[in-house]
Amino acid sequence: MHDSTVLGPQTSSAKLGRVFIYAILAFLVLFYLMPLVVMFLTSVKSMADIRTGTLISWPKEFVFDAWGKAWSSACTGVACEGVSGYFFNSLKIVLPAVLISTFLGALNGYVLTKWKFKGSDLFFGLLLFGCFIPFQVVLLPMAQTLGWLGLANTTAGLVFVHVVYGMAFTTLFFRNFYVSVPSELVSAAKIDGAGFFTIFWRILLPVSTPIIVVCVIWQFTQIWNDFLFGVVYAAGDTQPITVALNNLVNTSTGVKEYNVEMAAAIIAALPTLLVYVLAGKYFVRGLTAGSVKG
Amino acid sequence: MQVVIAKTKKKPLDFIADQIPKLVLSPTILMTIVFIYGYVIWTGVLSFTKSSFLPNYKFAGTLQYEKLFENERWGVAVDNLFIFGGLFILICLALGIFMAILLDQRIRAEGAIRTVFLYPMALSFIVTGTAWKWILNPGLGLERLVKDMGFENFTFDWLINSDMAIYTLVIAAVWQSSGFVMALFLAGLRSIDSSIIKAAQIDGASLPKIYLRIILPSLRPVFFSAFIILCHIAIKSFDLVKALTNGGPGYSTDLPATFMYAFSFTRGQIGLGSASAMMMLAGVLAILIPYLYSELRGTRNA
Repeated sequence: MHDSTVLGPQTSSAKLGRVFIYAILAFLVLFYLMPLVVMFLTSVKSMADIRTGTLISWPKEFVFDAWGKAWSSACTGVACEGVSGYFFNSLKIVLPAVLISTFLGALNGYVLTKWKFKGSDLFFGLLLFGCFIPFQVVLLPMAQTLGWLGLANTTAGLVFVHVVYGMAFTTLFFRNFYVSVPSELVSAAKIDGAGFFTIFWRILLPVSTPIIVVCVIWQFTQIWNDFLFGVVYAAGDTQPITVALNNLVNTSTGVKEYNVEMAAAIIAALPTLLVYVLAGKYFVRGLTAGSVKG
Repeated sequence: MQVVIAKTKKKPLDFIADQIPKLVLSPTILMTIVFIYGYVIWTGVLSFTKSSFLPNYKFAGTLQYEKLFENERWGVAVDNLFIFGGLFILICLALGIFMAILLDQRIRAEGAIRTVFLYPMALSFIVTGTAWKWILNPGLGLERLVKDMGFENFTFDWLINSDMAIYTLVIAAVWQSSGFVMALFLAGLRSIDSSIIKAAQIDGASLPKIYLRIILPSLRPVFFSAFIILCHIAIKSFDLVKALTNGGPGYSTDLPATFMYAFSFTRGQIGLGSASAMMMLAGVLAILIPYLYSELRGTRNA
């Protein structure tokens, strides 16, 4: 870790530089915040207010009608029941998918570091490829498989897809974490007669909290934000919120209600924003640890 | 004597115990073989058939690839990928490094500023697209804002201009991903040994010179991994296009990912869709294999 005082101001002319740095940073902060601010301001304006004002003008009056409409009566394609149902669809997909893929990732990581067998390293290498493939290359076969299994257009089908294609990442997370857990702990427990699962529950899992948090946050944001699998494998009332939002914004007929669109966009963004605010540190760690998924 | 008996008694159990790790890993092994490698091969096979609305396994040679390369829309999608990907990667890297260097100057409220730069990464591309679609709306968005400020002749209609719409994708994508590049580089900057910098300062090197000559060159590995990740995001870009321009006007903002979706799922040309998916895979591998090769060689030499 380098000491940043080294690079600090040395002369008085450098103070001007400091002012300059802060000015640029302030401008950048505005650039990054602007879309969120605009979304919120638009969502609490009336349509008349939107037509007469500008993007960043303050609402004449704060009205939350658009929020109510977005939640329960806006049209997303054919249905006009708001995004609430789709919000819960996403929850129904994300919760089991995150739990299952995290649990399997933990078990896989445990085997790949503490119970290596001939070929297990090779397998790990092969599995990593799954982090890099563009999903377009598996879309069609999976569509057919889901049809055969009777899982097309179901929540269970999407859970299955997310578990399958999240596995490479969760395994990678846990494998890299368990590498740093001393193997002596495991061998000592083996001598004491502890079995495979006892060691997992009693020794590995209790020290895994940090990586579980990272993995859960990573999987949660990935699955909540997924659009590709949602749009291909779900139809009608099983669609996740991202697909519903896209339908609302892109296929609405008649007068476009920008305030409703912005309210719906914020609703779709809230869970992951909340995760980011509450667990930002782990969010960043997850991003940089599993950064290959993009 | 007793020991021997105990051992022989335990043998079948030992055998089962030995198999447990393999048994636990086997579902994942099976899933990987079937759903990753199997499906890639399956898509590859489809790309050599005449499959249209339904799969048809009659071998058709390289017909689909010939059709793909003759397809004007595919040409536009590939060109767009180079424009979009090139600018997106270049600007994200430049902006990310720039922001990381600024934040590395003993900034007050560094944590808060970092938080602001990074939050777009938590949002889905659909939300990002929706937000920017509204901001770039020619009638009510940024154009209107500037006009109301007194610049009556200002126009900013990139979103509906087929020559410029591709650049709106770059704006939104950079807004979404540059904070992440910043985080990578900031972590890299913080891990540099300060004694090297002190030595350079004693030698009278200026701050820009220290960054250009000493600090940035030592961040080469960070630079490469950021590059790989950004390439990957660019090739996969689908959601953002869907939400921001839906490929339009016309198909002027199509990318390979939206092309693949359109031909496979709405136009019922599975064979052509598969061929385009295989080309996307080829693109990812073309970037990934040299990278992994140099990484592996690097660790072996180290």
